[in-house]
Amino acid sequence: MNVTEANSVVLRKLLIFTVIMFGFGFALVPFYEKICEVTGLNNLLQADTLVENTQVDTARWVTVELDANTRGLPWQFKPLQSSVRVHPGELTQVVYEVRNNSDREINGQAIPSYSPQLLGKHLKKLECFCFSKQVLKPREVRQMPVQFLIEPGLPTDINTVTISYTFFELGNDNTASLDINADQI
Amino acid sequence: MAAVHDHDIAHAHDHHPTGLMRWLTSTNHKDIGTMYLWFSFIMFLTGGVMALTIRAELFQPGIQIVNPEFFNQLTTLHGLVMIFGAIMPAFVGFANWQVPMMIGAPDMAFARMNNWSFWLLPPAALLLLGSFFAPGGAPAGGWTIYPPLSVQMGMGMDMTIFAIHIMGASSIMGSINIITTILNMRAPGMTLMKMPLFVWTWLITAYLLVLVMPVLAGAVTMLLTDRNFGTNFFNAAGGGDPVMFQHIFWFFGHPEVYIMILPAFGIVSEIIPTFARKPLFGYSSMVYATASIAILSCIVWAHHMFTAGMPVTGQLFFMYATMLIAVPTGVKVFNWTATMWRGSMTFETPMLFAIGFIFLFTLGGFSGVVCAIVPIDIQVQDTYYVIAHFHYVLVSGALFAIFGGAYYWLPKWTGHMYDETLGKWHFWLSMFFFNLTFFVQHFLGLAGMPRRIPDYALQFADFNMISSIGAFGFGLSQLLFLYVVLKCIRGGAKASAEVWEGGKTLEWTLPSPAPYHSFETPPVIR
Repeated sequence: MNVTEANSVVLRKLLIFTVIMFGFGFALVPFYEKICEVTGLNNLLQADTLVENTQVDTARWVTVELDANTRGLPWQFKPLQSSVRVHPGELTQVVYEVRNNSDREINGQAIPSYSPQLLGKHLKKLECFCFSKQVLKPREVRQMPVQFLIEPGLPTDINTVTISYTFFELGNDNTASLDINADQI
Repeated sequence: MAAVHDHDIAHAHDHHPTGLMRWLTSTNHKDIGTMYLWFSFIMFLTGGVMALTIRAELFQPGIQIVNPEFFNQLTTLHGLVMIFGAIMPAFVGFANWQVPMMIGAPDMAFARMNNWSFWLLPPAALLLLGSFFAPGGAPAGGWTIYPPLSVQMGMGMDMTIFAIHIMGASSIMGSINIITTILNMRAPGMTLMKMPLFVWTWLITAYLLVLVMPVLAGAVTMLLTDRNFGTNFFNAAGGGDPVMFQHIFWFFGHPEVYIMILPAFGIVSEIIPTFARKPLFGYSSMVYATASIAILSCIVWAHHMFTAGMPVTGQLFFMYATMLIAVPTGVKVFNWTATMWRGSMTFETPMLFAIGFIFLFTLGGFSGVVCAIVPIDIQVQDTYYVIAHFHYVLVSGALFAIFGGAYYWLPKWTGHMYDETLGKWHFWLSMFFFNLTFFVQHFLGLAGMPRRIPDYALQFADFNMISSIGAFGFGLSQLLFLYVVLKCIRGGAKASAEVWEGGKTLEWTLPSPAPYHSFETPPVIR
């Protein structure tokens, strides 16, 4: 084998390797999701369980602002009250309302977001519409509860927190991948 | 390809094109190396002007010179331009000039692809710099282009993504060329373990590049489709995860920092033995250390993300893995020191830069180990301590090695000796002003000054003023380098073939300047 041929062999191998590594970049996406699933990291879609009865701290008030957004689906989504005042440790229920403005059935999934970030650690949600996908028939209106409590461990300098939800559309036909998505978000 | 090229060479002696066409169509590794080096120097000055604008704004507290949006664009582009435009092409330039000459090959393996790898760079640079003029300006979310900011920005971000694609393609083509040249075209008798260390470090670097550059291309492609085609890889409000971008990005990003330092190790490993007039101490341990660093660099990426949310087990793993890199790096530093031990040392400019490199790079390495400690990292994350750390390893590390290498090989490239006095001035000015700029940033970071912010609290004022003065001194000193290089090209004392009396690698057997075509008949290594 002369040098030219040997060179093209190396070239071919390295090009194939490059393409594989490009694919590897994309393969990291399901890999990452699998890791999160197996280790239980980043699991926003499971109800919290209360380990023990928490003491209600009646001396303190925390204002919980409620926010609702949709991303790319024809739904109207809002909380029935824009904010609630709660004592840390007190079990509270709020209601969100969602309305399908279109003439087709749509699968939606809500994803929560907390502000300040620290709230994520101290917020316990016992029930939430975001734990499962929501299927709304054409023009359907649905009221959905969120049951939560804020642990008294929330630092005392935080008096106002925000709980926000964003609905996005899940593919209608592909229920299998939908379940995977719902498990892992 | 190589056969065609050999055939060309036979005729090219009489008629190669002149003027612009010579450079546009050149397939000669020396021409292409020269173009890479000039390109990187122009990018270095461009990124430098951005850095000086940043430092001018930070000279005093308050907003004086640029508005905050533009400041953020400057910090972002400074990083991208210096990494992809200055440091990486400079090392590829060295590889083009030196690898064939040091292994006794007539040229690179794929000469036409070599031409392409270079000529992809200027359009990419124009796209990158052109983003300043796009609606919404250049990307302003930091060189790491994290979502969600990078998903939300204007079309300047798309231009940057394309620029990264093109530069990535250029790097991959260059790496394939370098790997093939080194594996297949060494002179008879030059076994892998007889290769000069610069060639070894580039071989390993090139493998790292083909390993991680495609992953970066994948990451920015996902960003592009998130921005324009409705996918939701990184958009939380669509089922994606912005933290995942950080993982994919740093899977590329951490090997990338070693891509920028391994060739520097190689250059220093050539310079030190020459001016100590002793063979390199621990050659094979140097090779193994380089390979270990490359392998370890692939499993430490998440130390950039200790504050992004990670279980303690993960933090501990990445902390210990990161600290482990200090071991092979320490082997290298001790080997260089041992090479100098009882050597007949002289201190010409390349040697000064190499010693400056060892001294300051080690300092940057130490602050790196400090940053690797999770509790400290959580404290100094995104502060000027981190800025100081990576400028110690990239400016006084990579850049000083580039300067050292340039002075070391300039006589071979131009046939003239450079002005030694001015070279020494360049070193000492760079050394002084570099430390003036960046040493104080350690204190700023420890005191809590955040990076990427155009304004700061009053207690940081003095150190910032010192740092800015240092930055302008450092920037202006680099014009001296330009002058020395131009003067050396235009004339000067005639350089001998050997140039330095301690140089033992193959390029010193060629006359100075190195002929346009060298080693058409390979030398035989005993």
